[in-house]
Amino acid sequence: MEIGFTSAVYVLAAVLFILSLGGLSGQESAKRAVWYGITGMALAVSATLLGPGLGHWWLSLALIAAGGLIGYLLASKVGMTEMPELVAGMHALVGLAAVFVGFNTHFELVNIASMDDTAKKMLGGFSGLLAKKSVVEINILRVETALGIWIGAVTFTGSVIAYSKLAGKVTSEAIKLPGGHFLNATAAIVSVLSVAWYLNSGELLWMILLMVMALFIGYHLIMGIGGADMPVVVSMLNSYSGWAAAAIGFSLGNDLLIVVGALVGSSGAILSYIMCKAMNRSFVSVILGGFGGSSGPQMEINGEQVAINVDGVASVLNEAESIIIIPGYGMAVAQAQQSVSELARKLIAQGKNVRFAIHPVAGRLPGHMNVLLAEARVPYNIVMEMEEINDDFPDTDVAIVIGSNDIVNPAAQEDPNSPIAGMPVLECWKAKQVFVSKRGQGTGYSGIENPLFFKENARMFYGDAKESIDKLLPLID
Amino acid sequence: MKIGALKETSSGEQRVALTPDSAIKLNKLGHECLVESGAGIAAGFIDKQYEDVGVEICKSGEALIKASDVVVKVQPPSESEIKRLSSSKTLISFFYPGANEALMDLAKAREASVIAMDMVPRISRAQKMDALSSMANISGYRAVIEAGNNFGRFFTGQMTAAGKVPPAKVLVVGAGVAGLAAIGTSTSLGAITYAFDVRPEVAEQVESMGAEFVFLDFEEEQNNNTSTGGYAAVSSPEFTNVQLAKFREIAPDMDIVITTALIPNREAPELWTEDMVASMKPGSVIVDLAAEKGGNCKLTVIDERIVTDNGVIIIGYTDFPSRMAAQASTLYASNIRHMIDDLTPNKDGVIVHDMEDDVIRGATVAHNGEITFPPPPPKVQAIAAIQKARVPDKTPEEVRADEVVAFKKQTKNQVILLFVGGALLFLVGSYAPASFMQHFIVFILSVFVGFQVIWNVSHSLHTPLMAVTNAISSIIILGAILQINSSSSIVMVLAAISVFFAGINIFGGFLVTRRMLAMFQKS
Repeated sequence: MEIGFTSAVYVLAAVLFILSLGGLSGQESAKRAVWYGITGMALAVSATLLGPGLGHWWLSLALIAAGGLIGYLLASKVGMTEMPELVAGMHALVGLAAVFVGFNTHFELVNIASMDDTAKKMLGGFSGLLAKKSVVEINILRVETALGIWIGAVTFTGSVIAYSKLAGKVTSEAIKLPGGHFLNATAAIVSVLSVAWYLNSGELLWMILLMVMALFIGYHLIMGIGGADMPVVVSMLNSYSGWAAAAIGFSLGNDLLIVVGALVGSSGAILSYIMCKAMNRSFVSVILGGFGGSSGPQMEINGEQVAINVDGVASVLNEAESIIIIPGYGMAVAQAQQSVSELARKLIAQGKNVRFAIHPVAGRLPGHMNVLLAEARVPYNIVMEMEEINDDFPDTDVAIVIGSNDIVNPAAQEDPNSPIAGMPVLECWKAKQVFVSKRGQGTGYSGIENPLFFKENARMFYGDAKESIDKLLPLID
Repeated sequence: MKIGALKETSSGEQRVALTPDSAIKLNKLGHECLVESGAGIAAGFIDKQYEDVGVEICKSGEALIKASDVVVKVQPPSESEIKRLSSSKTLISFFYPGANEALMDLAKAREASVIAMDMVPRISRAQKMDALSSMANISGYRAVIEAGNNFGRFFTGQMTAAGKVPPAKVLVVGAGVAGLAAIGTSTSLGAITYAFDVRPEVAEQVESMGAEFVFLDFEEEQNNNTSTGGYAAVSSPEFTNVQLAKFREIAPDMDIVITTALIPNREAPELWTEDMVASMKPGSVIVDLAAEKGGNCKLTVIDERIVTDNGVIIIGYTDFPSRMAAQASTLYASNIRHMIDDLTPNKDGVIVHDMEDDVIRGATVAHNGEITFPPPPPKVQAIAAIQKARVPDKTPEEVRADEVVAFKKQTKNQVILLFVGGALLFLVGSYAPASFMQHFIVFILSVFVGFQVIWNVSHSLHTPLMAVTNAISSIIILGAILQINSSSSIVMVLAAISVFFAGINIFGGFLVTRRMLAMFQKS
């Protein structure tokens, strides 16, 4: 098939990918959007397989089929609570693929350099393309390749660590090796140097050094970031996998790779930005780990946490007319989404106004809570974003906080010395009554006390979220 | 344990400390209940109702005390009642330990435990057993009803065929529990209600109940009343003068005045002077809820309704809760039940008198042959610290000005970004070869398209967005497919592995996205 035809298909595929991302603006159009994505991918892959100068297409097909089977099996049995792990894990694959493709470019370069002119003219496909390059172009190509390998390697180890943290295989606490960011900085400097050495010598050794440095940075950077910052980390890795693809696209001279890589990269970057904004923290401070220092002593909390039992919660809920439920990571951990959905269904059946309030960083993945609630068949039109619902709390009878802590912490607004001061939070304490379903009296991820629990209108409903709500269900009539 | 409720012996007392409802709940805690025959009749609970829920009826108070482990009643016990207590028994009632030292000594001699319901500390956990608040709530309500009974006109204003009826004007002095209850009752009856309190921070509560707060033109550093447990403290003479002047100014307009001002352990302050009463219209009503402590109005006669020379009615009853015996008993019995709930931590019918517990410690006035009054201050403070001053809301002009500033800033930012971006592109363009620039332009445009498109993605779809971008980032498979045709075997192997991984990603990513999106349903 002609090059012109392949290019035409690539353009079509690129448009389909853009439509696919754009379609995610609404729940209904999203169902169509995913098909655009699938079609775009199918077109791109088949055009490449049928494209000029390609051999071994049968091998590619067989491998895609084998990989596809594994992907299919993985994706069909994964639970919605494990979604963060899965997404993080899959980023690792893209990162690794980018590293391999980058190294291949290097090998091809070396091969071509050893050939004479007549042999070069015989070459087709990718190596043919390389053979036509001038010296400046080859240097640019080397930088692009190095960039692809570097980003890919950071994405790979970073994603593996993110996966392990989310799956609970590695502690979710922030861990740093002695030396901290100094190590990262050193590794980054060595990386830059190895690119320079590579440009001079063109030797494989420097590429390997570069990769090792990048692998270390990915590992150390993500190890140093704690559990609740995972939404930022995962979207950041998502972004990296895109930039890696774009860098590889440059080195291969493939526009579709560049387009898609840039789309994915900017998508991840925007998600990271949204997540950081929702925590009122700068991207840098999230990446460097830990909360910023506070400027003075934190406000003292007066009062005490008042516990309430299941009968008390049930009687208030039966009286209430408007209820807002605020789910957090605790709900995902306790797998309580089905019970929560059932509770909402029963309350709605009584004619009560029941809604869900979702904070942008609730859970371990952007939009994690929405997916869990959707899985539990909570209709999406009663699931509200923070900005949509925050003004409604004063007119609400009962707010139920299920397994969230920092995102409902009034200290963010009331105490300028709090580490989370200025972070937008769900103002649930303005409701007439607040119930907090919580395991025990501990603090949240950020390790700060939550004055909400000490408020006059707050009652603590201690216990595992799922058990507590299951006990509550028969009492709602 | 057996919990027995005595019949009240003081004259005019109609309440009872145990209702059939509270007996059922005490049963659930593992206790058995007893009641003296006829104890609930005045409050509308006959013996049969008690028997129906398994409460044992005792013929006499003596027999009841003998049979019970915990004796509950409303008013402080008589000497004969307290003498019948033995060391294993607990008494729960109002006790007013400050005024009843002789009774405390008797309890000490008998080694009985006494829990005074009037000594429950004012902390949020103890609100459910705060009998003083329950009773004050009833007093406030009843004060309005009692005033209405004596007031010859409607509360609410009406336009009738026969003419216009102006609404009554009610002033409530003291916005404590009773005051707030009075405000609520009065506004719901349709009167124009004014309220005053020496604590300006309660203005918000007053306004939330629908009354107008009477502000004084007086600047004084208000003492932080957290130290007094949320109760009012004595005001300075200057403040009192300003306050009285304000009252004098509004007195002629008021149809009904309800005074509820009390300061703990002190004579009630005089707030409604004789000249104010004299300036009121005939037929106006004053209800003095502080009558027991001497009254906020010096003309008040305790437990009497009097009419002054100029026709103003002053009510000085002190038994408002007892006048609503059924309601008062229900609430009081419920307070008692909550107290016993706290005394039975394991819900197994075994009383644990935990003197480490702030609430139990605070309310206990005699225990194990010792007088434990006054209690030490509670470990946790009663009321949260005063909120910081509210930031005033912005006027529409200020909001508009802010918007203009924000818009200008945004424009400036965009122009700067465009300029810097353009300069950078120009810089790259003047050095890089054409083949690079071609791809670079595609890259920049794609990033731009990405930014434009992704901002519109709904928050709730962020997880599907990540899954789908993950799936399409496996576009890297194209690179691997192109390389798989290499003559070098290592390139081929690496490319093959990449194709395989990307294959996992494509199918896994899209399938997971489809699964997620299929779950989003409209109700």
